[in-house]
Amino acid sequence: MAPLLEAEKVTKRFGGGFLNRQSTVALENLSLTIDDAYPSVTVVAGESGSGKTTLARLLLGMTDPSEGQIRYRGKALAQMSGKERHRFRREVQAIFQDPFEVYNPFHKVDRVLTTPVRKFGLASSAAEGRKLIHEALELVGLRPEDTLGRYPHQLSGGQRQRIIVARALVLQPKVIIADEPVSMVDASLRATILESLLRLTKELGISLIYITHDLTTAYQVGDSILVLYQGGVTELGHVELVIKDPKHPYTQLLVDSIPLANPNRRWGESELTVADEDVVHSDKGCHFAPRCPHVMTICKQQAVPFYRTDPRRSAACFLYQDQPVMPAAQAPELLLELMKREA
Amino acid sequence: MKDPILNVKDLRVYYHTPSGPVKAVDGVSFTLHKGERFGLVGESGSGKTTAAFGILRLTKAPAHIEGGQVLLDGADLLTLSPNAMKKRRFAEISLIPQGAMNSLNPVLRIREQLTDVVKEHEVGLSTRALDERAGRLLEMVGLKRAVINRYPHELSGGMKQRVCIAMSIALQPKVIIADEPTSALDVVTQRQVMETLSRVQDEIHASVILVGHDMGLMAQFVDTIGVMYAGRLAEVGPVKEIFAEPLHPYTRMLISSLPSLEQRGLFQGIPGIAPSLRNPPPGCHFHPRCPDAVAHCSTVGPELVEVRPGRWVACHLYGAVQANHP
Repeated sequence: MAPLLEAEKVTKRFGGGFLNRQSTVALENLSLTIDDAYPSVTVVAGESGSGKTTLARLLLGMTDPSEGQIRYRGKALAQMSGKERHRFRREVQAIFQDPFEVYNPFHKVDRVLTTPVRKFGLASSAAEGRKLIHEALELVGLRPEDTLGRYPHQLSGGQRQRIIVARALVLQPKVIIADEPVSMVDASLRATILESLLRLTKELGISLIYITHDLTTAYQVGDSILVLYQGGVTELGHVELVIKDPKHPYTQLLVDSIPLANPNRRWGESELTVADEDVVHSDKGCHFAPRCPHVMTICKQQAVPFYRTDPRRSAACFLYQDQPVMPAAQAPELLLELMKREA
Repeated sequence: MKDPILNVKDLRVYYHTPSGPVKAVDGVSFTLHKGERFGLVGESGSGKTTAAFGILRLTKAPAHIEGGQVLLDGADLLTLSPNAMKKRRFAEISLIPQGAMNSLNPVLRIREQLTDVVKEHEVGLSTRALDERAGRLLEMVGLKRAVINRYPHELSGGMKQRVCIAMSIALQPKVIIADEPTSALDVVTQRQVMETLSRVQDEIHASVILVGHDMGLMAQFVDTIGVMYAGRLAEVGPVKEIFAEPLHPYTRMLISSLPSLEQRGLFQGIPGIAPSLRNPPPGCHFHPRCPDAVAHCSTVGPELVEVRPGRWVACHLYGAVQANHP
């Protein structure tokens, strides 16, 4: 076991301060781990306001936690030396949602690939650099002769996104954090990009943290999954269990709302009767209580722990209070167990 | 099938650029019946949004409607005077444009957003009557009447989109065209919005054209699907039949490429990229990416032909008649 990227009891608060304004808790008491010995795909699933983007930013060191710690190779990000930070920047890469934003429209797309090669001294000659780039492009299913030398607007969204994946490859990272990498890409191209990402994990041992609200793609690529709702983890475990047999009412709602590409399995005759998504939860109790069809009194009064409902899954829901409690800090252990089994 | 309400015949919309015309919509024909939900599905660059704008005559230069007919209840929208067309927009055929929720006027309250639509078409209504209308419309889309006093930025994405639906049904049109109405929304909100659209459609007895790229959403919502590829319709048919047995190779490959919950690790993207509409491949636009292409496909463009009752395909594999135009 060799922890790479770890989040330990991480909480992120915005606002508040001297004037005693209301603060928002974007993320609460989240722990997870990525291990070098077990490359895997961890899905962080959630809708807007869930805290998933905050988590991405924390894991990338773009912002500091209000409580808890983010560690890389055992060292807290906040305490890294310049050299350690440099290594972190190279080994933990990001792929974001918009395949256009990252590009300077006045430069050819080559730049996005040649810059990191130069910055991190990845090649000792121009020829070697070119070879590195060509190989990375081919790994994501792009032909160098059709891609290099072009400007961003001359390529499709799918091609631009695949170049970003190629860039991540060139850097030979240990972890890639992908935030909705295919949501702005055409349907027929999603499969190809997802497949390239998955190959990174299976063939190159790069762990992937895949952040999305699309449970179908999550099911395709993920091994383990954490479901976030308004800053808290509601359910976590093996993707097969959580998505096919969800225990937490929020996960059930998410799964029920998937627009299945099957006209014989429609959303159902009864309309959704949940409150609007902008309903804010109270400080105490379960965040989902205001919208939960199974809400009980206890749900509004006490913070809800994780209950280990299955060997490979836990749900933070009082419906399962007869099951053994799993402390939130033990989430990494559960995730690690899942990774070991997949390996 | 019920009576047709909208008949689109050979619609053509070209963008005139210095380097030549871009044939964004190149001969699109389909029929929409009363109460029907028609899904115009295609990926980016397929021309589906341009087609929607063409139907409503909302295209702006350099886009130009080159030809065709759009018969709404028998009257050809393309031959009406601009004023006559303006009267029909929102009153008989309305649009929920893409990104609508982000183009709500930020300095107007929801009340004004709604009453403005009504006032333009119905003169002489009192303030109270207008307010009542606005309040009723909000209730129809599942929002509280109090929302009438809010500004757009105070509402969530789903709520804003439902306001847009309310605006589109304010005058009880016969046809509602919804262009990617849920693209920026979370999956649960998406379902709520689509169910709202479904309910109001039933209440006002309208027909809907849903324009989008999400085949899953189409499967959940529409009765009939029209698959667009590079400016043309590849296939049209009842949604269940199309999913059960897609005829056009593009439709087949598109459906296969969709990630599903059936089996993990199955990835079948369509190789190649969508063609440029300035220089589309000769003959069938899909032939360079088609695994079933034959020599004929690269020279002659297939016509959309009814190969079975209700099933239309534009593909030489089904003995399509030679087209008059490539």
